[in-house]
Amino acid sequence: MPLLEIVNLTVDFATANGSFRAVDSIDLSIDEREIVAIVGESGSGKSVAMLALMGLLPWTATVSADCMRFDGQDLLGMNDKQRRKIIGKDISMIFQEPMTSLNPCFTIGYQLTEVLCQHFGGRRRSYNNRAVELLQQVGIPAAETRLNAYPHQLSGGMCQRVMIAMMIACQPKLLIADEPTTALDVTIQAQILELLVELQQNNNMALVLITHDMAVVAETAERVVVLYAGWQVEQRSALDLFSNPRHPYTEALLNALPERAQGKLLNAIPGVVPGQLDRPKGCIFNPRCCYVQDLCRQQLPERQEGVLCHYPLELDLKPSRSSQDMVTDS
Amino acid sequence: MKNPIVVSKSLRVQQWREFWFYFSASKTAVAGLIFLIGVVLMALFADVISPHEPAEQYRQFAKVPPAWKDGGQIQFLLGTDYAGRDMWSRIIHGSRLSLLAGCVVVVLSLSIGVLLGLVAGYRGGWLDSLIMRVMDTIMAVPGLLMALVFVAILGPGLLNAMVAIAITYTPSFVRLTRASTLTELNRDYVTASKMAGARPMRLMFISILPNCMAPLIVQGTLSFSTAILDTAALGFLGMGAQAPMPEWGTLIAENRDLMLSAPWTVTFPGIAILLAVLAINLVGDGLRDALDPKLKRS
Amino acid sequence: MIQPIIKARDLQKHYPVKSGFLKPSQNLRALAGVSFDLYAGQTLAVVGESGCGKSTLARLLAMIEEPTSGRLSIDGVDLTEVNNKSLSKGLRQKVQMVFQDPFGSLNPRHKIGDILQEPLVINTGLNASERRQKALEMMNLVGLREEHFQRYPHMFSGGQRQRIAIARALILKPKVVVLDEPVSALDVSIQAQVINLLIELQQELSLAYVFISHDLSVVRHIADEVLVMYLGRPVEHSSKEVLFSNPQHPYTQALLSATPQVATQRDRQRIKLKGEMPSPIDPPSGCVFNPRCQYANQDCLTTPPVMELYNESRVACWALKQRRIGELKNSQTKSML
Repeated sequence: MPLLEIVNLTVDFATANGSFRAVDSIDLSIDEREIVAIVGESGSGKSVAMLALMGLLPWTATVSADCMRFDGQDLLGMNDKQRRKIIGKDISMIFQEPMTSLNPCFTIGYQLTEVLCQHFGGRRRSYNNRAVELLQQVGIPAAETRLNAYPHQLSGGMCQRVMIAMMIACQPKLLIADEPTTALDVTIQAQILELLVELQQNNNMALVLITHDMAVVAETAERVVVLYAGWQVEQRSALDLFSNPRHPYTEALLNALPERAQGKLLNAIPGVVPGQLDRPKGCIFNPRCCYVQDLCRQQLPERQEGVLCHYPLELDLKPSRSSQDMVTDS
Repeated sequence: MKNPIVVSKSLRVQQWREFWFYFSASKTAVAGLIFLIGVVLMALFADVISPHEPAEQYRQFAKVPPAWKDGGQIQFLLGTDYAGRDMWSRIIHGSRLSLLAGCVVVVLSLSIGVLLGLVAGYRGGWLDSLIMRVMDTIMAVPGLLMALVFVAILGPGLLNAMVAIAITYTPSFVRLTRASTLTELNRDYVTASKMAGARPMRLMFISILPNCMAPLIVQGTLSFSTAILDTAALGFLGMGAQAPMPEWGTLIAENRDLMLSAPWTVTFPGIAILLAVLAINLVGDGLRDALDPKLKRS
Repeated sequence: MIQPIIKARDLQKHYPVKSGFLKPSQNLRALAGVSFDLYAGQTLAVVGESGCGKSTLARLLAMIEEPTSGRLSIDGVDLTEVNNKSLSKGLRQKVQMVFQDPFGSLNPRHKIGDILQEPLVINTGLNASERRQKALEMMNLVGLREEHFQRYPHMFSGGQRQRIAIARALILKPKVVVLDEPVSALDVSIQAQVINLLIELQQELSLAYVFISHDLSVVRHIADEVLVMYLGRPVEHSSKEVLFSNPQHPYTQALLSATPQVATQRDRQRIKLKGEMPSPIDPPSGCVFNPRCQYANQDCLTTPPVMELYNESRVACWALKQRRIGELKNSQTKSML
């Protein structure tokens, strides 16, 4: 039985211009001790989907799903009290901006012991030793003295380590990391990613890594889910995805990377991600797809083997490229 | 090719629509706005809707109670005061003076406050310190007391009262503008304008000032209502609008002795002040919700 | 002989920092000794992590701030000798900047047309219709349409705003454009579009770029020369090809090793740097990289190294000078990159 099972998750937001579908029919199942990456650009709905899982969306959001189960328990039908028992304890999440994720008014030690106290009860001070242990686990030197430090006294990398320490304090079964290293330098990024993978292996956690950086995914993930404008367009093992992408968007995204440029210019994807008011008919990627056919413009595609496309890219089924002018974003 | 003028008109419509969406989310703000519009219309068309002249005295009808009470007359809807003047007409004409007071005070204090705040925030250094210390001094004295001092120097009268009150409101605008200026000064677009060669005047008034407007508008609206209150208070003390001007505070002052024997002479002006100030405050709250980007949901 | 557009010699920038009521103020050495030449049509990439001084360098080159010491000449004019207003005004037009944050670099209360015309209003005597014409031409050049002229910045996406920022930077026909992390805040697919635009514009207008970035894969694509900085000091300066195929300085090697790549071998050995970048107020003595360097010896702790030419790179490193690094390089590092 998978640890996390999501079927047909959809999130709608009520806005000044009507209802906006941020996430459209996402299926995701994660087994224990698996590392899954959710990749997408801005507007893809990757953060929204995980926030919906955690129940952290504002009141303007309507979350619906056929199934949303964690460790056998149904998350949809839970009330806030039951959900709070799971969130933070069995499912944890770390966010992008480490400097603002920690409360600037309280010391590191206070915030760490607070988490432990909330979930395990008892007096806060009795958890001081455990807090030191956690800080050592995430590689913070001189952990005892750091307990009395405030977040603004630490660097970005250190703050992110403290966040990670807080989130693994209760030994969660699933850790969701939402762009954990985007705000950090490259060398620190490498350290943090290594730490996450190490903790995942030592603590038998499942890790969901949300990012827009394909290179980070290639280095870390076992399985990859690709999102575009709220749609889940592809889901495959990392090795397969990078060597043989089957959705035109995935292929275009990989080709747009500077690493894969041939010649002076990069292989940019023409156009922009559709916003609220310019959603195309049919397949959502059709205005920018270089393999687009008439069917793509009229009908919604069905999911075939994890790929949401009328003509998934394969060696024998690849249709000829249709001519598409270089449309600048409008 | 679309005509750019047509495009910009529909753009403006869209902007107003978005503004109205957030503003109308608060029902009380809309109610306040409707009432305010009513008061403004009342002030504009005072000569037309008012049943009597505000200064006309009907000697034989002095101290007549409101129409729905015993002894009341239908021609004097809210009764008459000690000199036989129709209360309703006086209140209608008084709305002009109150709105005028609010406008003059806000315009004066806003313009001086913004100017000083911009200069203080932009230049910094000793000029900033000087301006802020002067403002601190003004704020240290209770507003009404300070206004009384100024009126005592300048002489009683509605105009002097408005100037005096405006001076006491200036520090809050200075502080708001200065705070916004300090924040905006470090933004990239200001640096970009500097790189294009913009001089300090252009930077202050064209680049930075438009970005400080939101909190200023809200503060301005709230100051409007407080100005009406303070003008009424000065009028009540006899230092503001002088009789026979039907300013609402002055109305209460001149009928002070009749508080127990003819309570309608002081109650209705009081209610008028209350409702006007309440309406403006509700509109101010609605404006803040509509203009504050952090509260915007989508 | 062609003169370089920018000639920088030993640029230094210090900021006094208050450290208490009665104590004397400390010196924050944001930039300590940067030198380079930049020619028209070329791109110099400045690479480093946060706190390395690349933004300070950008501000010096854009003449927003003045260097504490060192010489900087732009298009043949030495900045230290510039006194009168018209000369400095002319200089200002020659160097323009594109900022990192597409959301903050455009005035939210001004329409795009006004933003683009502002430099023309300030610097030229053109009338309204001429200015409008120029602005529309520039918008066309960066791929925007006429109907965008009357819109406000918040109606555009990040990529479009960067295009507007680029258009604004180019409207005074500068010779040098300083690009401070211009694509870091953009999505990959939009990043590619904007980078392509920059490359095309450079070819068309013979612009010199100073491209500041922490993203090495973008730098590898767009740069001609690369300058690697650490804590305000330059550590390596070479052509792009040489830097990426044969990095010499230990920090450069670590940086390249830490950069994730799509075409990767999962279990490759990475060079792990211990610790974090120290504070610029209190830098380590000698070579500032010594606390984190695996090759540090006594010299590294006492004397700061100087940039010297090794093969085709200019590097500041004692281990390299004393040839302590040569033997390790061949066996270990080749498998790490």
